[in-house]
Amino acid sequence: MASDYRSMWESLGLDLEAHDQLLQALPPTYGDVYLKQNDRPAGMEYFDFVINEIHGLRIQELQEHKARGGKVVGAFCVFVPEEIVRAAGGICIGLCSGIEIGAAQAEKVLPRNICPLIKSFMGFKLSRVCPYFESCDVVVGETTCDGKKKAFEILSDYVPVYVMETPQMKRAKDMSLWRSEVWDFMARVEEITGNRITKDSLGGAVKEVNAKRRALIRLAELRKNNPAPISGKDCLLIEQIAMYDDVERFTAKVNELCDELETRVKEGKGANGAGAPRVIVSGTPMAIPNWKVPHIIESSGAAIVAEELCTGLRYFENTVPEDGEDVEQMLNDIAQRYLDINCACFTPNGGRTEKLVQLAAEYEADGVIHCSLAFCDPYMVEANRVEKALKEHGIPLLKIETDYGQEDSGQLKTRVEAFLEMIR
Amino acid sequence: METVRAGIDIGSRTIALVVLDGLETVRSMLEDTGFNPGQRAKEMVASLPPEASVTATGYGRHAAKAGFAQRVVTEIKAHALGAGRLFPGARTVLDIGGQDTKVIVLDDSGDVADFQMNDKCAAGTGKFLEVMAGALGYGSVGEFGRDSMAGSPGTKITSMCTVFAESEAVSLLHRGVDRRDIGRALHAAVVERAFGLLQRAGYEVPLVFTGGVALNPCVVALLRERIKGAVLVPEMPQMVGALGAALAG
Repeated sequence: MASDYRSMWESLGLDLEAHDQLLQALPPTYGDVYLKQNDRPAGMEYFDFVINEIHGLRIQELQEHKARGGKVVGAFCVFVPEEIVRAAGGICIGLCSGIEIGAAQAEKVLPRNICPLIKSFMGFKLSRVCPYFESCDVVVGETTCDGKKKAFEILSDYVPVYVMETPQMKRAKDMSLWRSEVWDFMARVEEITGNRITKDSLGGAVKEVNAKRRALIRLAELRKNNPAPISGKDCLLIEQIAMYDDVERFTAKVNELCDELETRVKEGKGANGAGAPRVIVSGTPMAIPNWKVPHIIESSGAAIVAEELCTGLRYFENTVPEDGEDVEQMLNDIAQRYLDINCACFTPNGGRTEKLVQLAAEYEADGVIHCSLAFCDPYMVEANRVEKALKEHGIPLLKIETDYGQEDSGQLKTRVEAFLEMIR
Repeated sequence: METVRAGIDIGSRTIALVVLDGLETVRSMLEDTGFNPGQRAKEMVASLPPEASVTATGYGRHAAKAGFAQRVVTEIKAHALGAGRLFPGARTVLDIGGQDTKVIVLDDSGDVADFQMNDKCAAGTGKFLEVMAGALGYGSVGEFGRDSMAGSPGTKITSMCTVFAESEAVSLLHRGVDRRDIGRALHAAVVERAFGLLQRAGYEVPLVFTGGVALNPCVVALLRERIKGAVLVPEMPQMVGALGAALAG
């Protein structure tokens, strides 16, 4: 990191020694996974910079925002409506949890066999190594799975937690529950920030967040070209950064990158070599710095053309209508947009399998790799529905279950390579 | 003259080399992997003519490609090709090696249609049997397999984890259960696990059983009991991957 941020980290209450170890663990991975790619678009420089400053500049910006009286709201899920936080002058930050950290501390309060993402966020908090976590005035949880739902009770011993109840079905009565949750969330955000949300502030926030989504949709659309002008790993990185970077700057940088990619498409330039098999990755979120499986896939010669993930399409597909006439209508529109997310927490979740079949056709994918974190019942069980639907449409599928450890990478590489041999 | 094609399968326990003249195997070699697999593999191919086309498979395939091999194929494809060559018309390959188990389903033309592999732990593989042979006091896995043939059914090992199964076996010994019965139960556990994988893959017969564990008569016998239909075991099941790799060249 360019500047010295130690005093800032210290004032946030980080465990500096443990934090140094964390930072030392990051750079070599990033170099191997990202910087060694051939012929990367020049526009990736900004995103490399953001990662390089992951615990530096952006944290400084958050501190400056807080010094001006602004609030920071942390979230773990794409169901938390960022528009509402922004409309009240707050900053919404997606907390990452993509690395095994503080496992010993986390296991003091959690069972040993639990989703690595849950263990990671608890570990980050208990070992005091995440400056984002330490910058949060409140953390917003949800009820998308049992593990998270119960872990938020424990987390509230260490940080203020507000939980939104996400429904399990998509009927009219579920919609009315979710709508009331969105209303309650607005009231709580107003209380925390001390700012009232108005038609103008909410309308403005809807437009800003939509602009971010549209930039990401534009990036996704460009990947429909064959060859895809950018690697899947780079896109995953951008989608991960989307959750915590400054919204307007990020939007501008993604659009700049897309301008460059349009030129690459015209020149027929691809990131993964001509004739690379095209793969869609689907499943549980891949939080920073979890690039394990995408790295295995692309270093085995395939191109990932889309991520049907929370760190992917589920985060940015569908926008909120911008013609809401008053706060009530806008909130209803926001609630609808979020309830349309096809998360495996819903039953049934036919929208997801239909979407996957449609994506495979639109992106001319040769196969789908379903990737689930260990102990994630919703996605691991739903993999059966995915398999059934894809089989009916003749789309090859590889199912992977893994965690943040590296000990299975050799075995995963064999499976991925064999899958690519099969679909080539 | 056609170039000599060779396949080398660098696995966790053994390294196998097969050299082909046309479609006929003219030489095959099998050695322990040892502690420097790269060096061992290199020595094995040193005797090949310089123009030989070498294809590597197994866990060491990428290191071999960086060193001496022209190309790599996965063990999945290699076993499919090798089994198809030895038994034309085979529909499924079950490969149980030193540290993993694979089920490969073949289509009409012998290509890979689908496959399943065990999860990251080595439960139910050659390593499992090796540890259990030691726990029951056998000098070799071969002896363990032969002796367990005489075991009677009825004893059950419920854990598939190598560590837990070992303590289960030891506590059965202390209860005075005949070690041949325990041995049979351990072999049955391996077969049950493989059978689960076979079912998940939707296996069909004829089934070809490859990998070092296919040399174990007790596993073969119990598998034949479990599977209705033909179970074919090659004469040298540990060489099938190397044969397939050679054919891929």
